[in-house]
Amino acid sequence: MWELIEANRRKSLILFFTLGLILLLLGYFLGSAYYPDGGGFIGIFFAFVIWGILSLISYFSGSKILLAVSGAKEVTKEVHPQIFNIVEEMKISASLPSMPKIYIINEAAPNAFATGVKPENSAVAVTAGLLARLNRDELQGVVAHEVSHIVNRDVLFMTFAGIMLGSIVLISEVFLRSLWFGGGRYSSKSSKSSGQGQMIVMIVAIVFAILAPIIAQLLYFAISRKREYLADASAVRYTRYPEGLASALEKIANSTEELKTANKVTAPMYIANPLKQKGQKLTDITSTHPPISERIRILREMSGGANYVNYQNAFNKIKRSNSQIIPSSGLADQTSIGLKEASVIPYSLGLNKQMKRDTGDIMMKVNQYSFIQCSCGLKIKIPPDYKKSELFCPRCGRKHSIRN
Amino acid sequence: MTLIIVLVVIAVVIMFVVSMYNSLVQLRNRVKNAWSQIDVQLKRRHDLIPNLLETVKGYMKHEREIMENITKYRSQAMDAGTVGEKAQAESLLSGALGQLRVQVENYPDLKANQNFLALQEELTSTENKISYARQSYNDQVLFYNNKIQMFPSNIIAGMFKFTEEEFFEVENETERAVPKVAF
Repeated sequence: MWELIEANRRKSLILFFTLGLILLLLGYFLGSAYYPDGGGFIGIFFAFVIWGILSLISYFSGSKILLAVSGAKEVTKEVHPQIFNIVEEMKISASLPSMPKIYIINEAAPNAFATGVKPENSAVAVTAGLLARLNRDELQGVVAHEVSHIVNRDVLFMTFAGIMLGSIVLISEVFLRSLWFGGGRYSSKSSKSSGQGQMIVMIVAIVFAILAPIIAQLLYFAISRKREYLADASAVRYTRYPEGLASALEKIANSTEELKTANKVTAPMYIANPLKQKGQKLTDITSTHPPISERIRILREMSGGANYVNYQNAFNKIKRSNSQIIPSSGLADQTSIGLKEASVIPYSLGLNKQMKRDTGDIMMKVNQYSFIQCSCGLKIKIPPDYKKSELFCPRCGRKHSIRN
Repeated sequence: MTLIIVLVVIAVVIMFVVSMYNSLVQLRNRVKNAWSQIDVQLKRRHDLIPNLLETVKGYMKHEREIMENITKYRSQAMDAGTVGEKAQAESLLSGALGQLRVQVENYPDLKANQNFLALQEELTSTENKISYARQSYNDQVLFYNNKIQMFPSNIIAGMFKFTEEEFFEVENETERAVPKVAF
């Protein structure tokens, strides 16, 4: 297990340095474009100051910001005992050092993400729609996928590479816009010094400012997609039940609701891309996630075991390629891990109406509503600021006393 | 000169023995730690069973035998001494609980009981935790036993009386006896 994380870390470092190099070159060229004499190094300095500040912010409060932006609320076990149990099961299966915190997002669209740059200090966030719609095995698959991101240090990587990418985009954007508005200043300056040389530097800088964000994004997305596959493979290893994750992904893909609290920055964190793009091609290189239908087919192709080798085989079969998606150290472990059978927890919510009501109930529990089940069948929801000690059922008029 | 060489050789040998001894201790502790993970969950299951039987009793009139078996295997499992005995008693208990689950199908009132549903969720989760913890325990035992058997660590293990640990194995027969039900 540890070798796998190591292999992952090495690859991330390579990507990280490539992004750093792009940032460095960008700083140099843009600096030179402004001040031909030694401006390049000032540019590099500024580029890394911006990156450093953003990194410090995200390291110390990235999780908090992400959770707050997504509208996630931390919950206790009473709100939803099942999700707590499932997270604890995955904690044991993945040998996490401590229990991740659990957050619920008040949204009907089914989705989930994990945060935490350190496994000791991680959190799993799921939407209320996910809890209402998935059965136990499916929920376990999703949680396992998220826990894999924590174990494989994907959160750490995504945060820092994401910040690097963000800095590159930011600096290029500012530079290109400043040209638009303040172009005159440079032309007057360039006439003084060697005009032609300055012109060339300027053109190189502009071309680089346009290309750098695109290259950096493609690099970032490619690695991000690879990590999604790896997290799927780890999820199967932890749950030993590929069908759970497969059918969860199917339900997530088939949902029509849009996740309103997700945006371009937070999108790569989710289990499935929350920003639905219409008419997206199957092998789109500008996507942060692999096509969901392909992930499902790979999972369903798995047979004979739940180890990484089994996932790699299924991957090759579906993709008809020999590319290696799992680091070699993961494939070296040839022990066969038997698949589990479907769990016997009855949790079927057939009707759409019931599903919506369940989502609402979960959210009300998050917001500290209490519930009274009247014997006429009506479920009365009591807001936390309701002061009286008794109330009458609005349907049948029975009196209920409220315990606090 | 020879004295120095002899001293150096002795020092190297001692360092070698110490580091090997320490790594064996570390592995043994990991096995113990993994075992305590299972133990916590097994105890949790034992604690849940009386509650479950109490809830079920009012509804299930015809399943006396299953319930008696559950009580019997539970006390067997609680008294079991070795890992092997415990594994066997626990898998019998799992089998009996599985039978109970099948019978629940015939009692729609019971299936609607909130208390029962909550207990069943806890029980299922506990059983999942046992099976995941068992996997990591067996991984650790395999690692430790390999170390004890292989040269040169087997010499140190023999000298300091490190003994092989038992796997926590559930017999396949009994595991298969748990029927698969889709609700």
